[in-house]
Amino acid sequence: MSAALELQPIARRRLSLPLLGLLSGILVLACLLLALLGPVLAPHPPGQIVSPTVFAAPSRVFPLGTDYLGRDMLSRLLVGARYTVGTALPAALLASLLGTGLGMLAAVRGGLTDAVISRAMDTLISFPSLIFSLVIVAALGSSLAVLVGTAAVIYMPGCYRIIRAVAVDIETKDFVRAARARGERTSDIMRHEILPNIVTPVVTDFGLRFMFIVLLVSNLSFLGLGLQPPLSDWGGLVRENLSGLSVGAPAVILPAVAIAVLTVSVTLLVDNLPGRKAAMRER
Amino acid sequence: MNADPPPHVAVSGLTVTGNDGTPIVADLSFAIARGEVLALIGESGSGKTTAALALMGYARPGCRIASGGVRVGETEMLGLGRRALAEFRGQRVSYVAQSAAAAFNPAQRILAQVIEPALVHGTMTRRAAEEKARGLFRVLALPDPEGIGDRFPHQVSGGQLQRLMAAMALINGPALVILDEPSTALDVTTQIEVLRAFKHAVREQGTTALYVSHDLPVVAQLADRVVVLRGGRMQEEAGIARLLAAPEHPYTRSLLAAAAPAPQSPPAVAADAPPLLQVTDLTAGYGGVTAAGVPRVPVLHDLSFAIAKGSALGVIGESGCGKSTLALVVAGLLPLARGEIRLDGALLPARVQDRTPAQLRAVQIVFQMADVALNPASSVAASLSRPLRFYHDLRGAAARRRVAELLDMVRLSPGLAARFPDELSGGQKQRVNLARALAAEPALLLCDEVTSALDTVVGAAVLDLLAELRRELGIAIMFISHDLSTVRAICEQVMILYAGRRVELGGRAALRRRPMHPYTDLLLSSVPELRPGWLEGISFTHLAEAAGGLMPADAQLPCPFFRRCAVHIPGTCDVLLPPHRVLGKGSEILCQRTEAELLDMQQTASAPA
Ligand SMILES: Nc1ncnc2c1ncn2[C@@H]1O[C@H](COP(=O)(O)OP(=O)(O)OP(=O)(O)O)[C@@H](O)[C@H]1O
Ligand code: SF4
Ligand SMILES: [Mg+2]
Repeated sequence: MSAALELQPIARRRLSLPLLGLLSGILVLACLLLALLGPVLAPHPPGQIVSPTVFAAPSRVFPLGTDYLGRDMLSRLLVGARYTVGTALPAALLASLLGTGLGMLAAVRGGLTDAVISRAMDTLISFPSLIFSLVIVAALGSSLAVLVGTAAVIYMPGCYRIIRAVAVDIETKDFVRAARARGERTSDIMRHEILPNIVTPVVTDFGLRFMFIVLLVSNLSFLGLGLQPPLSDWGGLVRENLSGLSVGAPAVILPAVAIAVLTVSVTLLVDNLPGRKAAMRER
Repeated sequence: MNADPPPHVAVSGLTVTGNDGTPIVADLSFAIARGEVLALIGESGSGKTTAALALMGYARPGCRIASGGVRVGETEMLGLGRRALAEFRGQRVSYVAQSAAAAFNPAQRILAQVIEPALVHGTMTRRAAEEKARGLFRVLALPDPEGIGDRFPHQVSGGQLQRLMAAMALINGPALVILDEPSTALDVTTQIEVLRAFKHAVREQGTTALYVSHDLPVVAQLADRVVVLRGGRMQEEAGIARLLAAPEHPYTRSLLAAAAPAPQSPPAVAADAPPLLQVTDLTAGYGGVTAAGVPRVPVLHDLSFAIAKGSALGVIGESGCGKSTLALVVAGLLPLARGEIRLDGALLPARVQDRTPAQLRAVQIVFQMADVALNPASSVAASLSRPLRFYHDLRGAAARRRVAELLDMVRLSPGLAARFPDELSGGQKQRVNLARALAAEPALLLCDEVTSALDTVVGAAVLDLLAELRRELGIAIMFISHDLSTVRAICEQVMILYAGRRVELGGRAALRRRPMHPYTDLLLSSVPELRPGWLEGISFTHLAEAAGGLMPADAQLPCPFFRRCAVHIPGTCDVLLPPHRVLGKGSEILCQRTEAELLDMQQTASAPA
């Protein structure tokens, strides 16, 4: 392209949608609140059979109907939020923290450090995630800690790769060289020179990891490897009520919808975070 | 004169304002006749580029063409709608930017990109466009005009790419070509061929051109007439010969004066002062070191030099000769393969990690590209505070006070402390960059092209600042530059590098008195002179030397300059290592030719024909 052709008389403006960001923010916040307050809000004890009808349609007493045993669906969803968000959030945080830290370390140190970490991550990533979790859960049993740890280990390499790539790019900049020439330590270079410049990719990546982990945890529960009954997260709710699918029971559809709403709104929120657009414009 | 046909390009009362209504270009009127080259000169910020862009009907974001008219041929540009303007640009008016590298897509072959404007505007068939492009390559004196189009942008040199961009601009036979500082980023030797090619092509095609530049000697070679701009207003308009001979406006006179900076008085350096930095037989490069102890990609070969306390050493050479590499080695960022570096007599460890805090503090580097030298996520205050805390353990109020002092030292207002790098101009960034190095209170400052990206006025301010630092703080400076006149003005020692070898090392006389190393001679005679006709007067031998370029293979020859050298001795220079010779003027060169021979040849070469 010749420079002349590239010049545009009017700077192309993109419609920004703060509304979308706001909306998804509210939804995410709502999910977090449910996770926190779910048990308090639940109208019935979630583990108890409270109705003689299974797969009951919504009614005044059971606003979202009942499940395959006749338990109150609203209560089970409210409490399930706690397990879904409660496993995915710490797992995503852990994956992001480790991936970002190691990614920056590999970029700044380079050489052998980089080679060793990168090789280890490649090995980890080469296991199919579901099989990997099957093995771990089979070996260690299914507990909250094991689930969180497994999910974090599975999703850390993806984060590592992205952050390392971004950090390597920044590492070649002269301001990092200037810090090296000053004699700064690796940890200071990571903290002061690299980290402030990769906040956007870190946050975006966190959103993605969170979504993946929600899906993984749901999948595991769906396979019966997640939390064990009577505890149930949203994925587990879908599985246990699967037989209601033929009668179109809300008990199987609602938890699936809840998973979709949570993951989609997290993605939208991350995409519309204030400052992200400004950061993109600078590139 | 009233009977004359109307001029080919007419600008009348052109006014471009910023968003707040302040004029950036005010009431500018001039005309360009068909086939004429008009130069628009002024310093950065004088509105040259804004005015040039307005000639294409374009205003940068944040600006607006408020009033006035621009007529090109029969068309009034400013009355056109968006669609018509886009059609007009690239076809009837085209633009050659300062950096050709940014305008080419690295992943596409050159020929396809050069003919793109023709295809986009549907002015000719692909076959005809390719034929035309090859013809332009020939006119622009590009090597291998048939085949060069099949290469990718990274496979040609910077000077060649600049000429290829000119070919792109000329492909549609435009009514007006705007050239915006097209040779500013080039080496002096490369600049010669680019200027000659431009001149030839413009004459050959009868092109009407607007040449935007801050460089008077360059303008003197190309332009028929000159418009001098300052603060967006025209100061003077005159034919080039008249302007140079008898400038009317005081501002024009000051520009002429700035084109030849006066030497700074060197601070008193005791003659017998022990060297602050002593480099001996330094060999360095990239890609690690082989078992034999030489770098896999050798860049610097057996360099020896010293810098005394408070003195300035200028390092000169073409792009890619290893100047920045030398700065990296001294700063400890690139470990040397052989040789030693001593600071104040003590051995300086090769790697930054092995240096003591005092040694780290003593040597500070100011990077070439101000744009990437500052952390975009740190405010100015934060950037300056890091070294203060690191070296001097200053924090809180004490650090803030020192930041203000440092900003004052580099002539920036303390209000800038809260800004981020993207809120600073290029010159301001470079000064913050310098302030960060000064925060360490160094003994030696490694300045890599610190003024190259700045215009003359800001550049001069930075040079004054460096001189003051030397006088008052006794800081020694290694001043890397490809600008000979700057080096001549501020450095009392000069080292000329060619392909990583020190071909000449001497005092100021090295760049002033003949005889000199054949390469030094080439560099010096490549700096455009402030008189029209200089470009045409260049001798063939000089041109052949200038066109050579730096080839990697040359570094393997005993004398790397052999292929380009006009006075080489076949059978000697290409088999024997050139001896060190000390010349009468006090400098030391690396050449087979004796002083008498060189003097004889350089005098005949420079004698007027
Ligand atoms: N990281 C690297 N790896 C390999 N080769 C490199 C590297 N950096 C630079 N080089 C090469 O080393 C040589 C010297 O480069 P250097 O940057 O020192 O040149 P320079 O004289 O500063 O040029 P300029 O005037 O363009 O800044 C060049 O041939 C360059 O291509
Ligand atoms: S040694 Fe020979 S080739 Fe090299 S500069 Fe001297 S005369 Fe030219
Ligand atoms: Mg350089």
